Amino acid sequence: MSGTSLVTARERAIAVLGGEPDDATLRRYLHGIPGVDAVGLEQRAAGLGTRSIKTTSKQWALDKIITLIDLTTLEGADTPGKVRSLVAKAMTPDPSDATTPRVAAVCVYGDMVPYAIEALGAAHGDPDDGLISVAAVATAFPSGRASLEIKLADTAEAVAAGADEIDMVIDRGAFLAGRYGLVFDQIAAVKGACRRPDGSSASLKVILETGELVTYDNVRRASWLAILAGGDFIKTSTGKVAPAATLPVTLLMLEVVRDWHLATGQRIGVKPAGGIRSSKDAIKYLVTVAETVGEEWLVPHLFRFGASSLLNDVLLQRQKIATGHYSGADYVTID
Amino acid sequence: MSFLDYAPAPESRAILNLRDRYGLFIDGEFVDGRGEPFHTISPATEEHIATISTANTADVDAAVAAARRAYDRTWSRMSGRDRGKYLFRIARLVQERARELAVAESLDNGKPIKESRDVDVPLVAAWFFYYAGWADKLDHAGLGANPRSLGVAAQVIPWNFPLLMLAWKIAPALAAGNTVVLKPAETTPLTALIFAEILQQAELPPGVVNIITGAGDTGAALVAHEGVDKVAFTGSTGVGRAIAKQIAGTDKKVTLELGGKAANIVFDDAPIDQAVEGIVNGIFFNQGHVCCAGSRLLVQENIHDEVVERLKLRLSTLRLGDPLDKNTDIGAINSREQLERIRELSDIGVAEGADRWTAPCDIPANGFWYAPTIFTNVQTSSRIAREEIFGPVLSVLTFRTPAEAIAKANNTPYGLSAGIWSDKGSRILAVADQLRAGVIWANTFNRFDPSSPFGGYKESGYGREGGRHGLAAYLAPAPIGQSAAGRSALGRGASKGAIEADAAEPAVGARAAKPARGAKRRQADAATKGSKR
Repeated sequence: MSGTSLVTARERAIAVLGGEPDDATLRRYLHGIPGVDAVGLEQRAAGLGTRSIKTTSKQWALDKIITLIDLTTLEGADTPGKVRSLVAKAMTPDPSDATTPRVAAVCVYGDMVPYAIEALGAAHGDPDDGLISVAAVATAFPSGRASLEIKLADTAEAVAAGADEIDMVIDRGAFLAGRYGLVFDQIAAVKGACRRPDGSSASLKVILETGELVTYDNVRRASWLAILAGGDFIKTSTGKVAPAATLPVTLLMLEVVRDWHLATGQRIGVKPAGGIRSSKDAIKYLVTVAETVGEEWLVPHLFRFGASSLLNDVLLQRQKIATGHYSGADYVTID
Repeated sequence: MSFLDYAPAPESRAILNLRDRYGLFIDGEFVDGRGEPFHTISPATEEHIATISTANTADVDAAVAAARRAYDRTWSRMSGRDRGKYLFRIARLVQERARELAVAESLDNGKPIKESRDVDVPLVAAWFFYYAGWADKLDHAGLGANPRSLGVAAQVIPWNFPLLMLAWKIAPALAAGNTVVLKPAETTPLTALIFAEILQQAELPPGVVNIITGAGDTGAALVAHEGVDKVAFTGSTGVGRAIAKQIAGTDKKVTLELGGKAANIVFDDAPIDQAVEGIVNGIFFNQGHVCCAGSRLLVQENIHDEVVERLKLRLSTLRLGDPLDKNTDIGAINSREQLERIRELSDIGVAEGADRWTAPCDIPANGFWYAPTIFTNVQTSSRIAREEIFGPVLSVLTFRTPAEAIAKANNTPYGLSAGIWSDKGSRILAVADQLRAGVIWANTFNRFDPSSPFGGYKESGYGREGGRHGLAAYLAPAPIGQSAAGRSALGRGASKGAIEADAAEPAVGARAAKPARGAKRRQADAATKGSKR
């Protein structure tokens, strides 16, 4: 999976904004976007959550969820061994059922990228082709509190090590202080650091950390900002701050992506991450995607789940459908 | 396969335990009606559900007499606390049988199960819980100490929210100490009859609530009955007007909740995605069979195209079909008659030059269906902007300034509800202040709560239902000079015979009465109010 060109992103942003992306222009633009009514948004999300997905639709949904998972380990205690184990799980989620699809990607810290790539071997590649990508978190994840130089070096190192996707965090402090231009420039610079020597680019996911932005109006503005600055994906959370992904926040981000597509024809991806643990919840997200931006968004380069424990719940549900009875946690592998 | 063609997820009908025939619920028992029985059908399939009795005038007499007996002997003498216990019990039984009631409602009415399950039935329980709490606090209802019940209430309800309208009528009436004869609409009697079973289960004293079925004649006979002290009607303005004429000159108290043509006003600073949802919920909720539906969309001209565009996108995702499928958004039109009316008015809209857009959806072969429809280029003089369509049809008009929005919103013979969409709180308050409508929603639509009064201006009727105000429709202030004397167990409609009976053998509910309230007070009662009949 490769990212979009940096030059066109900047040109497009200037065309949309009608000026250079500085604090004042961005503020005018972002504050001119219609507001969000929290009650109405949450009501709509709850309504989508009541869809009843049964039988064949459920089977399809469970397999689809697996192919959209970024199987993640982001711990201080991560070791090459842990990463190899994660990769094995990504390649063979359910050893008892060969029809189980593979996940979209493994998501690790930058220094673990070489181990992930090595473990993947021939399975490393584009999830749209049924292979598995390597995503690396970068830019002083999860806080983002570091100088731009360090963030860029962090990113460049992961890309050089072979990461296909970079999950960066925005500077929430700068955003909340109204320094929209600074946030824009940092995203654009990280986007530059995603470029490989051969001219291609790693795909850039921009983590908004919605739990720290708090208001839906902020989430909507940050979403627009990230897309304007060239993000290929907008992602809810690091998973280190509560609340992480919620259905209303994801719905709101999908609405931004839909509006951007209507305005420019470009399709941006959305990745809810953190807090999605059950198949039932994940199916609600699929419904929300399908009914907000359309079913064509349910592909690995436009929608992902950032999750670790979700996979096993989906596998248990798959086993239930296949065998007709529920098994237990010991019938799926821990990682 | 397309994921969006969700596999069928029908709610099971196995939970229903319907009878082939239903009689009238009079004096705590089901009895056969003496009129010609009729059938109730499922509007989604036109299949027969059950045979329902028709109450003729003799049956109406019997029902009113039963209500009167129950009023005189039991209900009007029972303490508020005890009345409250019955209401709490009914509320809990509604919750226990919620799923069954929801399935029956969707089957008989055609509304999607997600609405009957998530809106109608929970609100029914909420209404009984709310008024159960009021039953022993009537001194605080705003009518002074010791307000009196009225007597026998005749209640006629419509087919759009059969069980919910029943709750809106019965709960405050019983809390206030009245007894009830209720007639559900002839196309949707089913849940009222299941509710009668719940009343038996709750061991409500016989005759306190009587439910009689039949068509318009039955309702007219009930409303006209001279043994009735109070008339409460929800339905069309035409019938409401007839009722007002019929009871003019009598001392029956009346509340009417009639039609509407609500304006849903969208300003250019509205939260646009939520406004689109609100517009959808305002007019396509319950297939538009809502008296307070936001059927006139007033959208600021500078965002008209964007709003209509987004609305069309959203409507394209609505799912029309089997009301019992949990994923259905738009169910069936309640009756062929109503469908004809919707078609007729829509054709008039086209003839008047408005542009019709209909959401793309497959219409089932049987049953009564109408796809969600939007009319743009509608003028204030168009009939589809004036008349209540009572279906999934939205008329879109524009305005330029808040003053124009207010003028257009108020320019209707109705005045039941209105909606305002804006991010600016001060504007919402300023506009709401000038709208002549009983309910005004800000940045939402079609939300109901038992504590909030509901009712209309002008041709939308009079009186309020819900909240403290809803109690006033079923109470009269204590006669002058008596309010401080202590609580009277007897209401305005109590007959002399009953007073004597009371003196001889106090009814169960009256045992809490203080001995100090002696014969003298009762005589005063009788002298003031006399015998109703």
